[in-house]
Amino acid sequence: MPKATFQTPELGEFVDIPDIQEGATAKLKPLPASPDHQKALGFPGELVDDWEQKAVAKLGELLGKYRSLAVYLDACVKCGACTDKCHYFLGTGDPKNMPVARQDLLRQVYRKYFTVAGKIVPGLVGAKSMTKEVLDDWYIYFHQCSQCRRCSVFCPYGIDTAEISMAAREIMDHIGMGQKYCNEIIGKVHKIGNNLGLPGPALLDTLEGLEEDVEEETGVSVKFPVDVKGAEILLVTPSADFFAEPHVDGLIGYAKVFHQAGVSWTVSSYASEAANFSMFIGSYDQMFKAANRIRKAALDLGVKRLVFGECGHAWRVAYSFLNTLAGPWDFLDPKYPAPQHICEFTNDLIERGGLSLDASANDDMTLTIHDSCNIARASRMGSRPGGQFHIPRAVLKASANRFVEMNPDTTHEKTFCCGGGGGILTDDMLELRVKGAMPRMQALNQVMKKDGVTHMVALCAICKSQFSKVMPFYGIGMDAVVSLHQLVGNAIKLGTKE
Amino acid sequence: MSFLTILYAFLLYLSAGVLVIGLALKIRQYAVTPAPLKIPTTPAPLTPAGAAMRVAREVVFFESLFKSNKWIWLFGALFHAALALVLLRHLRYFVEPVWGWVVLIQPFGVYAGFAMVIGLAGLWARRLLVERIRYITGISDHLMILLLLTLASSGLLMKYVARTDIVAVKAFILGLIYFDWRPLPADPVLLIHLLAVALLMAVFPFSKLLHVPGVFFSPTRNQADDAREKRHLAKWAAPLDSQRDA
Repeated sequence: MPKATFQTPELGEFVDIPDIQEGATAKLKPLPASPDHQKALGFPGELVDDWEQKAVAKLGELLGKYRSLAVYLDACVKCGACTDKCHYFLGTGDPKNMPVARQDLLRQVYRKYFTVAGKIVPGLVGAKSMTKEVLDDWYIYFHQCSQCRRCSVFCPYGIDTAEISMAAREIMDHIGMGQKYCNEIIGKVHKIGNNLGLPGPALLDTLEGLEEDVEEETGVSVKFPVDVKGAEILLVTPSADFFAEPHVDGLIGYAKVFHQAGVSWTVSSYASEAANFSMFIGSYDQMFKAANRIRKAALDLGVKRLVFGECGHAWRVAYSFLNTLAGPWDFLDPKYPAPQHICEFTNDLIERGGLSLDASANDDMTLTIHDSCNIARASRMGSRPGGQFHIPRAVLKASANRFVEMNPDTTHEKTFCCGGGGGILTDDMLELRVKGAMPRMQALNQVMKKDGVTHMVALCAICKSQFSKVMPFYGIGMDAVVSLHQLVGNAIKLGTKE
Repeated sequence: MSFLTILYAFLLYLSAGVLVIGLALKIRQYAVTPAPLKIPTTPAPLTPAGAAMRVAREVVFFESLFKSNKWIWLFGALFHAALALVLLRHLRYFVEPVWGWVVLIQPFGVYAGFAMVIGLAGLWARRLLVERIRYITGISDHLMILLLLTLASSGLLMKYVARTDIVAVKAFILGLIYFDWRPLPADPVLLIHLLAVALLMAVFPFSKLLHVPGVFFSPTRNQADDAREKRHLAKWAAPLDSQRDA
């Protein structure tokens, strides 16, 4: 077990609702963005003069732009239904990690400056002026929200804390209080094309290496094309797929599927990133810029289809926002949804009998599946509601024999976040990530003990990185998380179509 | 016309005016504020009609709350259903002759008064006893329950203990509606009851009671899941949209 300066939560029989511990995570705040990171996105480099007024003015602007924000700041009745739903609260006991309390950090300021009651009787309705103390709370606790939307599922009004935390981060960026991890990465996407800052030649080199590895292992020449004009499919995948484990095994899986399907495909060195961290900071403008790179790449390469690799929030942006941000995609082949998820692609192929899969290739593993929050609660796959659950499971079951579900209160739309989503997948937030992973670790641990599960499938780059990092704190090996298309890649019989 | 009658007539006109105008302004704000992106909590219905049904299930059955917490659902649903019945029962003071179905529900409406009190007491107990909910409860949350309890219990008191001249009350109310003012009986419990009504109407557009219009405007519930099929461009995003690569 790694050495830690904090206590890793114990995994019990159930996830107990913790007693309130005020200030339990008040010290956990992410590193601030440097002036350079800020300015690269057009945000002020440091806390501006008159930041109080500017923050309030920005809140006013957002209230006029987002109905969600306007309604959600008014509608909460403090019923408490959400109070035991957030993984960060369950893992830390800090009351400001209860969704309603997190929202109230913004709501108190909203009440003070934008409501009659807050102006006349601030004490009664918990209205507070925009002070440094409030701003510090914002910075801390709006960066302890992974925007996973679990609270929104359970709220009688559908209040989505993600919308609130995105708005708060947008305000903070505009007064010079940005967060390093997100803003540095977004800058890299705008400048180079991906989160890792991996330039075109390095990408080409990496993929050539993969080609060699796969050929060596299978004897089949599976291609990993880059910037191929006129290819049928543009694959947009999280850049972690080019490097990290187990992500890269997923990428190999996609390549094998495309190979068997007999379609030409390519990645783009210009738009070499599916992730769109601009969503995490609530910036429509930044999100548009990253989305438009994909549009430009698709146009320049003259592709007919757009397929996204395994990534959670990237699929949310792709499925739910891409058409609005950078559509219409009327220059693509209308026979296919735009964009399409790699799982949809693979599942279609399986259903049409286009893939020969030997599920026994994965018999060394007993598997369970982690539904990634953004896929589960903010997107869909296929043509029916809930396809985002059924399709990955169908692909999994076609590729592996041993499959066990986790506790149903922790899967499908009730899934727990991995603990690293929403722009906090950074070492300076490790303690929060470990503690926030507790509910998922509890459910995983349960099926490991009871059903002999050895591996957990994830289809999100952030989930995969997060689990590899935090599982050892719970005594689970870092390699116990696998990519879905890794299983497909293992099971696929190359070259034996018939 | 007594001072009391004039005072109450004025109070009720004023509070009803605040309610109607305040609520109309809020509804207009919600309606004109764009929802620039598709954010339904999925799995979501694929069509606008399906989404409307989803909202209807939230309004009628408190579907999400049921998934979330059975105790809050139980007390919350009990209170709201009882309140609905009580409000319908009160229609008999507003129409002449009284509609047949309003006559039919009268006996149930009386029981509903008790159910309202039980529901409110349960919700208040949670605010006081459950640590998490105590933490998120503000003074205004206590006051709101107090106001509603005052309303319900003063109504029950008039029914069972300190009866008032209900015929005169109806004449007063109809008088307000038709601008033909009649005297209001000066019974203390009635005065408390009507004062609570006036207060409730007046605070409605400025309080958490905005969950009533809010639930209809919640994008996570009222949007259809059709983002890949339809663009959803907000007017304010149009300048960005024109920068797309062609």
